[in-house]
Amino acid sequence: MSAELLGIYRPGDTFLHRRRAGTKLLGLMVASIVVVVVHGPVSAVVFVAVALGLLAWSGARLDVTLRAMRGLLVMAVLLGAWTVWQSGWPRSVEVVGDLVALLLLATTLTVTTPVDEVMDAVVHGLRPLRPLGVDPEQVGLAFSLMLRAIPSTLTLAGEARDAALARGLERSPRARLVPLVIRVVARARETGDALHARGVGDQH
Amino acid sequence: MSAISLEQVTVRVPTHDGDLLVLHETSLSLTEQRIALVGPNGSGKSTLARLVNGLVTPSTGRVLVDDLDVRRSGREVRRRVGFMFTDPAAQLVMPTAREDVALSLRRTHPDKADRMAAADKVLADFGLDGFGDRSVHGLSGGERQLLALAGVLATEPSVLVADEPTTLLDLGNSRRIGDLLLSLPQQLVLVTHDLDLAARCDRALLVRHGRVEQDGAADDVVSHYRATA
Repeated sequence: MSAELLGIYRPGDTFLHRRRAGTKLLGLMVASIVVVVVHGPVSAVVFVAVALGLLAWSGARLDVTLRAMRGLLVMAVLLGAWTVWQSGWPRSVEVVGDLVALLLLATTLTVTTPVDEVMDAVVHGLRPLRPLGVDPEQVGLAFSLMLRAIPSTLTLAGEARDAALARGLERSPRARLVPLVIRVVARARETGDALHARGVGDQH
Repeated sequence: MSAISLEQVTVRVPTHDGDLLVLHETSLSLTEQRIALVGPNGSGKSTLARLVNGLVTPSTGRVLVDDLDVRRSGREVRRRVGFMFTDPAAQLVMPTAREDVALSLRRTHPDKADRMAAADKVLADFGLDGFGDRSVHGLSGGERQLLALAGVLATEPSVLVADEPTTLLDLGNSRRIGDLLLSLPQQLVLVTHDLDLAARCDRALLVRHGRVEQDGAADDVVSHYRATA
């Protein structure tokens, strides 16, 4: 349930709420490039601190947001353990720090911007590419569906874990992963059917 | 009232053991206001319902809605035919109630302020005032199904196909949604296991083993199904 709070817009009147969706998307893109290009564990820690600050500034409750991100953070920790083993502590801090910073920045965007506005900004930004065959409406829709898919997939993962636990298969990765993959694919098909039935994507 | 017709329609689905015929050759004309499709699980009634707005395409024959061929004029047909799924979780694709209804309104209301105002009005019409900023995941089963219905009807289709819309609901919500569906001005094609609800329709079709076994007044068809299930 808590994972579903990810990507949910929280109405507010902060500085970040008042910025246009396109400006924030552009800012997120630039920040992502900076996070990827600048190397080192110290910079990664700074990025996390800045992202946490922005998230707090957005009015989001940090405890609730971090609880909602628990599944993603667990994956980041596992990735960190792997990277420590492969490349040592400094590299691990950099990889995990960069990843968490990007997650927090993306969450800040979704907390301060309604999905509809994000969709409009993507459609507006991609309109010049229409002569090249790009369908801005479809890309905008895909963008918003992607935002919805992250918490939805985390919820399905939680349900698959509970089902494995209920059958005494908590140590079986197969018992968790196979139903998860099947359900994610099934949910994607259902969503496709629902969009098709609603005529979404038929707009023009 | 829309006119839905199936002309010598069959539906086959590929399996490892060759094609499976899930709907035998069927010809129908559906012109009543409220039509129920009843029958056992896996009988082909959902396939029959899904043909009406192109979610399933016929292997042979053709499906017409107001003389529009569903295969050739899919876009126009989907604007006339709304579809409501059993599980609203699959149907609600936006994070909040207002955004989900607004998604349906993007074509008819390009201006964002207009769209949001229209979405709020639709929510109010369905008794969901004050739900606009609520997460769709935080709603109860009945509220979600109501929201899914609001999202579908926001585009003002002339036909609504509802595929077991009350199956996942408790008794109270099942009655509420059932009553609402039967009171709609739209032509209704209702797939349901709720035989009391089916009996209140104008016409019912009993689908069994991929064939329309009985077709007639809802009371008669439901009685026959009760006796032979």
